[in-house]
Amino acid sequence: MTKVTMTINGKSVAGDVEGNTLLASFLRDDLHLTGTHIGCDTSQCGACVVHVDGRAVKSCTMFATEANGAEVATIEGQAAADGTLNVIQQAFQDHHGLQCGFCTPGMVMSTAALLKDNPKPTVTEVRTYLEGNICRCTGYHNIVKAIMAASGQDVSAIAAE
Amino acid sequence: MYAFDIECPTTIAEAAQALGGENQALSGGQTLIPTLKARLASPEKLVSLTAIAEMKGISSAGGVLSIGGATCHADVAADGSYKALSELAAHIGDPAVRNRGTIGGSVANNDPAACYPAAALASGATIVTNTREIAADDFFLGMFETALEEGEIVTAVKFPIPEKANYQKFVQPASRFALVGVFVAKTTDGVRVAVTGASNEGVHRWTAAEEALNASFAVSALDDLTVSADNLIADLHGSPEYRAHLIKVMTGRAVSAAS
Ligand SMILES: Cc1cc2nc3c(=O)[nH]c(=O)nc-3n(C[C@H](O)[C@H](O)[C@H](O)COP(=O)(O)OP(=O)(O)OC[C@H]3O[C@@H](n4cnc5c(N)ncnc54)[C@H](O)[C@@H]3O)c2cc1C
Ligand code: FES
Ligand code: FES
Repeated sequence: MTKVTMTINGKSVAGDVEGNTLLASFLRDDLHLTGTHIGCDTSQCGACVVHVDGRAVKSCTMFATEANGAEVATIEGQAAADGTLNVIQQAFQDHHGLQCGFCTPGMVMSTAALLKDNPKPTVTEVRTYLEGNICRCTGYHNIVKAIMAASGQDVSAIAAE
Repeated sequence: MYAFDIECPTTIAEAAQALGGENQALSGGQTLIPTLKARLASPEKLVSLTAIAEMKGISSAGGVLSIGGATCHADVAADGSYKALSELAAHIGDPAVRNRGTIGGSVANNDPAACYPAAALASGATIVTNTREIAADDFFLGMFETALEEGEIVTAVKFPIPEKANYQKFVQPASRFALVGVFVAKTTDGVRVAVTGASNEGVHRWTAAEEALNASFAVSALDDLTVSADNLIADLHGSPEYRAHLIKVMTGRAVSAAS
């Protein structure tokens, strides 16, 4: 067991982990932050995306030990303390960017990373950026629409497609 | 996964000390962690390279770009001082993979469909390790095989920046690796063409195309060339003949896009 400490959604946390404990398992099993989903467990689907030191990573493909000392952001930290959804989450709800919701935490975290670097992406840039996030329900169309809306862009043309 | 410990040294010397025997280097983990999950590797200890500051970052001097072995693909993509290389890095996998995966891990792994080996071979790069410097021509020895000794660490890759270069990847859409990828570099010493994704021997040079392009750096110079399908990869994504065809098409595209 190794002791790790990290800041998760602004709060300092500590825990004891095995060498092979994945960051996703540490979040879910030890800290009960089960909003981070494990879909494929093979770094393909993006359901497990969190931010480590401000960068989107697949938490199923990083060890908890490697996040020692890091700032981690997960889906649980996205809404305000009173439960008010952030702009991205609200846009996903408004534009039906989710159905079963399994991929949504990863979609929202990837979107947050995209909009930080590129506040007004084109539709093509959105689709390209989401290459590592798989959704089995929506067909992506409404996800793209939600992201365009979250970035403050007109989505009427997308609606008419 | 089998059980193992992780050590996170902060210098190359400490990492070199910790490697060897049943211990294995861990860089971005984008290849190694899935391998560990599949129980295809059983190291006693992983030695993480990503906390080693002297293995991170990009610097350029005298027309040579030096990239630390633990530099992630996203940082190479953002750099831009060797345009074709940054474009290549920007199209590896997806954003989350690029934020973790590293150039050292990619060349050390030498996946037959990986992108960086093609850039290194075509650019005439030098692979720098903790003990020596190896020319790319002597480094890539075949599918998943390199000149690295046990416990040897790729600390940097040095790329002489060519006059013109371009990488064209025909993407295998499920994995996002190259079904066939071709890197063309026009250097002061001549043209070099490296092909990835296609051969059972891994990354290799297409010397007939190099000769033709040395005579005339134009797509039409390739007109009379044919690529043999012998020893090219056959899998459900493409036959050897299909890959042979793609090699020529992608080379032509890289020549016309080279800048
Ligand atoms: C979904 C997905 C898509 C991908 N798409 C592409 C793609 O399009 N093109 C592409 O080229 N790659 C692709 N990759 C692979 C990716 O680029 C990997 O990051 C890379 O191949 C391995 O780098 P790593 O830093 O993750 O190495 P690791 O997984 O940490 O290590 C890989 C191997 O190299 C050894 N090693 C690592 N670093 C060193 C070092 N410095 N010195 C000596 N040995 C070392 C390790 O011991 C291990 O055996 C993809 C990966 C995923 C998961
Ligand atoms: S669970 Fe991590 S990428 Fe699918
Ligand atoms: S909403 Fe069901 S997987 Fe995306």
